Amino acid sequence: MRALLLRDLRLAIRAGGGFGLGLCFFLILTVLVPFGIGPARAGLAAVAPGILWVGALLACLLSLDRIFALDHEDGSLDLLATSPLPLEGVVAIKALAHWLTTGLPLVVAAPVFGLLLQLPFAAMPWLVLSLLLGTPALSVLGAFGAALTVGLRRGGLLMSALVLPLYIPTLIFGAEITRRGAEGAPVAAPVALIAGITLASAALIPFAAAAALRVNLR
Amino acid sequence: MIDLGKYAGAVIGAYGVSLVLLGGLIWHSVAANARARRDLERQERDG
Amino acid sequence: MSIWEYANPAKFMRTTGAMLPWLLPVAVAATVGGVVWGFLTPDDYRQGSTVKIMYMHVPAAMMAINVWVMMLVASVIWIVRRHHVSALAARAAAPVGAVMTLIALATGAIWGQPMWGTWWEWDPRLTSFLILFLFYLGYVALWSAIEDPDSAADLTGVLCLVGSVFALLSRYAVLFWNQGLHQGASLSVASGERMSAVYRYPLYLAMLGFAALSLALILIRTRTEIRRRRLAALQARELRS
Repeated sequence: MRALLLRDLRLAIRAGGGFGLGLCFFLILTVLVPFGIGPARAGLAAVAPGILWVGALLACLLSLDRIFALDHEDGSLDLLATSPLPLEGVVAIKALAHWLTTGLPLVVAAPVFGLLLQLPFAAMPWLVLSLLLGTPALSVLGAFGAALTVGLRRGGLLMSALVLPLYIPTLIFGAEITRRGAEGAPVAAPVALIAGITLASAALIPFAAAAALRVNLR
Repeated sequence: MIDLGKYAGAVIGAYGVSLVLLGGLIWHSVAANARARRDLERQERDG
Repeated sequence: MSIWEYANPAKFMRTTGAMLPWLLPVAVAATVGGVVWGFLTPDDYRQGSTVKIMYMHVPAAMMAINVWVMMLVASVIWIVRRHHVSALAARAAAPVGAVMTLIALATGAIWGQPMWGTWWEWDPRLTSFLILFLFYLGYVALWSAIEDPDSAADLTGVLCLVGSVFALLSRYAVLFWNQGLHQGASLSVASGERMSAVYRYPLYLAMLGFAALSLALILIRTRTEIRRRRLAALQARELRS
């Protein structure tokens, strides 16, 4: 399992992999938003939590089709399916690798982007915490969407349409934590809820994704 | 004709939208079914 | 005699073929009857004549949810027992449910404009229905994207299971996010009388009509799917021989 994780990480970091693409997209989005909304400090601060979360979600979406598509094309997915490793485990490892290469960099870089968007300083720890708790769910749900559409040509757009509705609860709670953090309101309830969504998704979604992969490899 | 008061536009609009959507759905279902039956009968006769 | 006999396509075609010639007219008559009866009811003292929109809005919203539940049950039956009719019924139901959701959303927007002063409000109920509509669209899109019918049935079945959980989760997440303008349930057994009989009976008839109409349309569309499958099977056999 560790070998598979390391292999996926190496492939992602190598030139042409998805690494850095998400961050780059996130940076461009953050720079574009003030041009659209106007440079007023209060206006930016009000939309910053939502923009940062929507940006993280879209950045995550960008690299989803890489989770299975490349392995499906060169046949290594069939090898993985026949290996002694359970397919559920393969899905979980691949989702973890996706999170380490797209989710985690976003979590680390988010405070800088928050500064650009005039996010109040008090909200920074909550922004990082909410992304840290929420982005794993985005990767796991994304792996499910990628598994559903892996056999399709031009499946990327369809995958976005399937995955985005699944992201709504995570987005709501994540942006709510950041917003409440900025206002100094209590955040315990959304933190518990977003952690619950992430844990439940990480525990159960790999089974659904593995079932979808088995159908697609049939 | 009954008097709908100042909300006549809203009421008639809502009824109109609903009837158009429902009618469209019924028409589409029945037409697709008739087409499938025609194709199948032709296939069973000729094929 | 067990219910599983209807999983046989030939038996299903015979039974529904005998049912539909009277079910569809009855459904249309009940829908039109309920809606027209509702149109003739007196105005509400607070909402004026807009209360008449209810006879479209409430039954459509009810069916939007019920059709999704029916799809969920049909998907589970397909995944567990591999009855093809079940998978095809789930596929046939999705456009019906999507149109019902669209009617509920459109009449809600038209109703909200004079009552709340805005066409669209990010209210929990409206938002949940919009999310439900997105799930319907994704489901239909996945069905039409996959060529092999059995794979498509499997994948959409899994999507329906996962989507149901997340649709429900979104329902409660949006409650957390916004408290909302929408009035509570109009018909509720627990809270006693809320609506006078003048409004209630036409609404019951309209709900019955919408339910029967949805059922009839789902059956017609399932028959269409069965015929298309049979046609494809015949053509494939011809190509082989």
